Amino acid sequence: MSSDHGLSTDALFTRRRRPSSEKLLDLGFRQLTLALASIVAIVLLAILVTVFQGSREAMASFGLRFVTTSAWDPVNNQYGALVAIYGTLVTSILSLAIAVPLGVGTAIFITEDLIPTRLRDLIGLMVELLAAIPSVVLGLWAIFVMEPAIRPALELLHKLLGWTPFFSTTPQGPGMAPAILILVVMVLPIITAIARDALNQVPIELRQGAYGVGTTRWGAIFAVILPAAISSIIGGVMLALGRAMGETMAVTMIIGNSLNFDLSLLAPGNTIASMLANQFGEADGIQVSALMYAALILMLLTFTVNVLAQWVVRRLSLKY
Amino acid sequence: MTSFSNRSGSVSGTDTDTSLFDRRPLTFDAKLKRNRLNGLFTLISGLFATLAVLPLVLVLVYVLVQGGRLLSLRLFTELPPAPGMEGGGIGNAMLGTVLVTLIAALIALPVGVAGGVYLSEYAGKSWFGQVVSFGNDVLAGVPSIISGVFVYGLIVASRVFFGQSYSAMAGGIALSVLMLPTVIKTTYEGLKLVPNELRLGAYGVGASRFVTITQVVIPAALTPISTGAVLAIARAAGETAPLIFTALFSAFWPDGIFNPIATMSVLIFNFAIMPYQAQNELAWAASFVLVMMILAANLLARWLGGLSKI
Repeated sequence: MSSDHGLSTDALFTRRRRPSSEKLLDLGFRQLTLALASIVAIVLLAILVTVFQGSREAMASFGLRFVTTSAWDPVNNQYGALVAIYGTLVTSILSLAIAVPLGVGTAIFITEDLIPTRLRDLIGLMVELLAAIPSVVLGLWAIFVMEPAIRPALELLHKLLGWTPFFSTTPQGPGMAPAILILVVMVLPIITAIARDALNQVPIELRQGAYGVGTTRWGAIFAVILPAAISSIIGGVMLALGRAMGETMAVTMIIGNSLNFDLSLLAPGNTIASMLANQFGEADGIQVSALMYAALILMLLTFTVNVLAQWVVRRLSLKY
Repeated sequence: MTSFSNRSGSVSGTDTDTSLFDRRPLTFDAKLKRNRLNGLFTLISGLFATLAVLPLVLVLVYVLVQGGRLLSLRLFTELPPAPGMEGGGIGNAMLGTVLVTLIAALIALPVGVAGGVYLSEYAGKSWFGQVVSFGNDVLAGVPSIISGVFVYGLIVASRVFFGQSYSAMAGGIALSVLMLPTVIKTTYEGLKLVPNELRLGAYGVGASRFVTITQVVIPAALTPISTGAVLAIARAAGETAPLIFTALFSAFWPDGIFNPIATMSVLIFNFAIMPYQAQNELAWAASFVLVMMILAANLLARWLGGLSKI
C-alpha cells in the first residue's frame, strides 16, 4: 500500500489488488448460476427422452396406424388415438374461432379510449383475474352451472341443424360443445392481454395521421391500428392455440371422455390431455406406452405451434 | 362516441377554385353512413367486452355462494367423509396444497432466480444463453399434463424415493417444472430494468461482480422478482393436471413427503364427478378456499408491482 503522490502518510487513494478469494467467489457464483440455468435445458431434454423412451414400445407395435385408427381397446391391446387427436384439434381450433373476435374486440374496447380510464382498468383487471382462476374450478362450474344452462340452446341447435353430421346427436350433458365453450373462457384472457399490449404499442403518430386525413375512429382501427399490431396479435393467438391444445382439467371434466369416434359436436368426445388425465393412473403394460405415444404427439403439436408463434412475431413485426 | 369528423367550425372560402373542395358543413351528422357504422362497431366491441367479463362474474358468484355458505371451522379441521356419509372437511387437502406448493417453491425459486441472473448478468449474446432462453420459452409452452407424465416416468414408475411410488415429493417436483419458466422470465425481465449505471457505480467503488449482483442489482429488482414469484406460486397452487398421478390423493392426514397426499385441486376434481351431494359440496368449498387464496395472491402481486421504484 503506497500513496501515488508520495506526499503524506494519509493517502487519498490506495491501489487495491483483488484478493484471490474474491476472484474465486466471483467465478464460483458465475458457475453456480450457469449450472442452475442449464437445469432448464436439462429438464426439457429429460422430458423429451422420458416421453420418447416410454412410447417406443407402442411406436414399434402400432407405428403411424396409431394416428389414423380410433380403436382404444385395453382388452385386446389395440390402441389408436384418432378420437383424441380429432378432439384436441376440433376443440382448440373452434374455441379460438370464438375467442379471437371476443378477445380482440375486448382489447380494442379497453385501449381506444371509448370509455373512461377507470372502467377500462377495471375490465382489464377482471380479465386478468379470470386467467388466475384454476382450471379445475372452471371445470366444476362447467359441470354444475354452465352445461345445464346452455343445454336448451344446444337442443335448439340440434333441432335446427340436426341434418348436418356436426349436430346430429341429441345433447345429453357432457360433450364437445360445452368443452369448446369452457376453452373459450380459458384462452380469452391470453388473447385479450396480448392484443391489448400490441395495440398499446402502436405509435400515436399513426393514429394522429389517420385521424388527420379524416377517417372515423373505426376506420382508423381497421385500416391503420390493427394492421400495425397484427403480428403480435397473431403470435398471441398461436400461443393461445398451444394452451388450448394442452388444457386438461376443465376439458376432462366436461367433454365426456368417449372412446368412440363421432363427428357431432354435441356428442361426448376426448382430447389427448383428458385421455392422459383419465387413464394414466390406472394403466399398465402397453397402455402406458400408448398413452406416452399420445403425450409425445401432444408435445410435438404444442411445440410446433409455439415455435411458429415466436417466428411470426419476429418475422412479421413492422418496424417503425 | 364521437369521431374526428365532427369538429364544428367552417373553412372560410378563399380565392381559389372552391369546386375542388367538398363544401358540406363540418358538423357531426349522426345519420351519415360512416358515423352509423362507427357507432355500430363501438356497440359490438362493448358487447364483446361484456361477454368477456361475464364468465368471471358468474364463476365468482357461484363459488362465493355455493362455497361460502359451507364455510365453518369444521371445514378446516376435519377429514373428508367416506362416500355416502355426511359432513366432514377438507383439512388434509389444505395442508397438502400448502406442503406440495412449498416443495415446488423451494425447488423452483432458487433455480429460477439463479437462471434469470445468469441470463441477464452473464450470458450476454452467447450461444448458451440463447439456448437457455429458447429452452425456457419452450418449457413455458409445455402442457401441464406433460409435466405430470414426465415426473411419473422419471420418479413414480422408477420408485427412486425409498421404493415409494406416488408421493408429495413427486407432486412438488412436477409443479416446480411448471413454475420454473415463469420465475426465470420474470427475474430476467426485472433485472433487465435495473439501469446499467447502478452496476457501473458499484464497480466504481470497488465492488466485485458477486457483491454487485447480490448487494446492488438483485435488491434493486426485488419488486418484480417477488411479484413473479407470488404469481408463480399462486398458479402452482391451483394446478391439478400434474398432481393426479404424481401426488395422487389420500383420504387421510399427510404422512410425510414420501407418501401420497391430498391436495385441494385434486380433491375438487375427484369430488366433482362423484354422485354424492356431500362430496360435491366439499368440492365447492375447496374451490372457494382455493379461489380466495389465489385472488389474494394476485392482488398482493399487483400491490407489490405498484411499489416498483425502477
